[in-house]
Amino acid sequence: MTDTTDTTADAIPDHLVAHFTSRIGHNSADLIEGETGSWEIVIGMEVHAQVTSESKLFSGAPTDFGGEPNTHVSLVDAAMPGMLPVLNEAAIRQAVRTGLGLEAQINLRSVFDRKNYFYPDLPQGYQISQFSDPIVGEGRITVDLEDGESFEVGVVRIHLEQDAGKSVHDRIPDQTCIDLNRSGVALMEIVSKPDLRSGVEAAAYLSKLRSILRYLGTCDGNMQEGSMRADVNVSVRRPGEDLGTRCEIKNVNSIRFVRQAVDYEARRQVEILEEGGEIDQETRLFDPDRGETRSMRSKEEAHDYRYFPDPDLLPVVIDQAYVDEIAASLPELPDKKAARFVAEFGLSEYDAGVLVAERETAEFYEAVVDAGGAKRDPKIAANWITGDFFRRLNADDLEITASPVSAAQLGGLIDLIADGTISGKIAKDVFDEMWDSGNDADANRRGKGPQADQRQR
Amino acid sequence: MALDTDTVRRIAKLARLHVEEDALAPLADELNNILGWVEQLDEVDTEGAEPMTSVVEMVQRLRVDVVTDGHVQDKVLANAPAEADGFFVVPRVIE
Repeated sequence: MTDTTDTTADAIPDHLVAHFTSRIGHNSADLIEGETGSWEIVIGMEVHAQVTSESKLFSGAPTDFGGEPNTHVSLVDAAMPGMLPVLNEAAIRQAVRTGLGLEAQINLRSVFDRKNYFYPDLPQGYQISQFSDPIVGEGRITVDLEDGESFEVGVVRIHLEQDAGKSVHDRIPDQTCIDLNRSGVALMEIVSKPDLRSGVEAAAYLSKLRSILRYLGTCDGNMQEGSMRADVNVSVRRPGEDLGTRCEIKNVNSIRFVRQAVDYEARRQVEILEEGGEIDQETRLFDPDRGETRSMRSKEEAHDYRYFPDPDLLPVVIDQAYVDEIAASLPELPDKKAARFVAEFGLSEYDAGVLVAERETAEFYEAVVDAGGAKRDPKIAANWITGDFFRRLNADDLEITASPVSAAQLGGLIDLIADGTISGKIAKDVFDEMWDSGNDADANRRGKGPQADQRQR
Repeated sequence: MALDTDTVRRIAKLARLHVEEDALAPLADELNNILGWVEQLDEVDTEGAEPMTSVVEMVQRLRVDVVTDGHVQDKVLANAPAEADGFFVVPRVIE
């Protein structure tokens, strides 16, 4: 039997989370200067990332976002009596892939447990999760800050679990509507060590994790649709002293909100401590409209999840060959790609970082350099993308995949500058015309240069 | 191991079972009898034996990731005490 002592609302009990953190924040400006001296913020995150898969963790129902209520639901997801879970291989594969991407230990044997609690959007009365034997153990993420600094954040573990359904409170007065479409969708819970020291660092961590997951193709990272949510554990302490009591801010669903929530929560705790008060270990919610956190559950509702191995499921055993096969299929991840852009293309670390942050941007960049078999000047290509190209994308609020100018077309424009057909100055006008018309550079330079031709696209 | 009435009250609450105050002590006795019966297993020497999570010597079989189910809203909602526009409707849950 697993431990049945009281736990708080945290998914992971204290004795299983590495609370030791040796990391010293790199920036003294991150300290909060109170009336009584300096305070250091200590943050650890639990990120729930929806596994990219066709069907759910334990049923053959679809995982598509949206849909009519209760249509992407099988009788397994609705927890009808007698229904049994059947584990989806893709969820195991994606979790292993994510673990490998975070340089983590892969556990060849893992176990699914029941986490017991009652809530209307959890029809089983328990969530199937992994407790003492998760599929992925310790790993690490290198986080980059805007000032060019990087630091490493430890990953404690990744486990697989079921998502719950959705509760809608504002549809019918005094009643709650339940949609189980999300019920049973596979989630990875990625638990960090408390290695983060500011709201900016916490936001940068989430941003980097999201980037890696999108490169790996294991989670689409769409925070608006709830594919990625963060539980943020925040405490404050005197620099170098023991950890303080933490509060957990649940379900923060944007990178910007993570920073705001941490900043608010840390100041709230400092205020209480400086007035001689104590921090209650509790779960809080971030309210984006007010920019503040507030208490979510009363203390008497202390949770006791009574985890035990799910008797409907057997231990999951995979072999090293399976792990090796997945490892061989990993794409080049952002850190390696940035290092290659610096070494191979002579880009600055800053430009390389900007270009690799999103997988689509990096692919677009490499396509511009290579399109049509040409080897264009990689620095000029980088300048065009981070300059005029990003300017237009931002102005039109477009994703790079929806750009009206393709990589080949931008490559064509750079060729016209390189062979002296048009000047760099004129090229900017041509680019804007290409953007508006969708035509190639050739078609848009008519009348702009001495050798203008009449060829239409 | 012996359960006291406080523990039984707590277990009942966690299981969302309503147990009258005067029924707690008899229930504690019953549960203690069951625990005592199970505790006979302690007489077996399990030194060096791996804890089991299953009684069969098998590992989990995996399913191929294809959509084979869903779109049975009528069946899912068939036993709902209340429904509206395809949703289950329950008493308001305050967060």
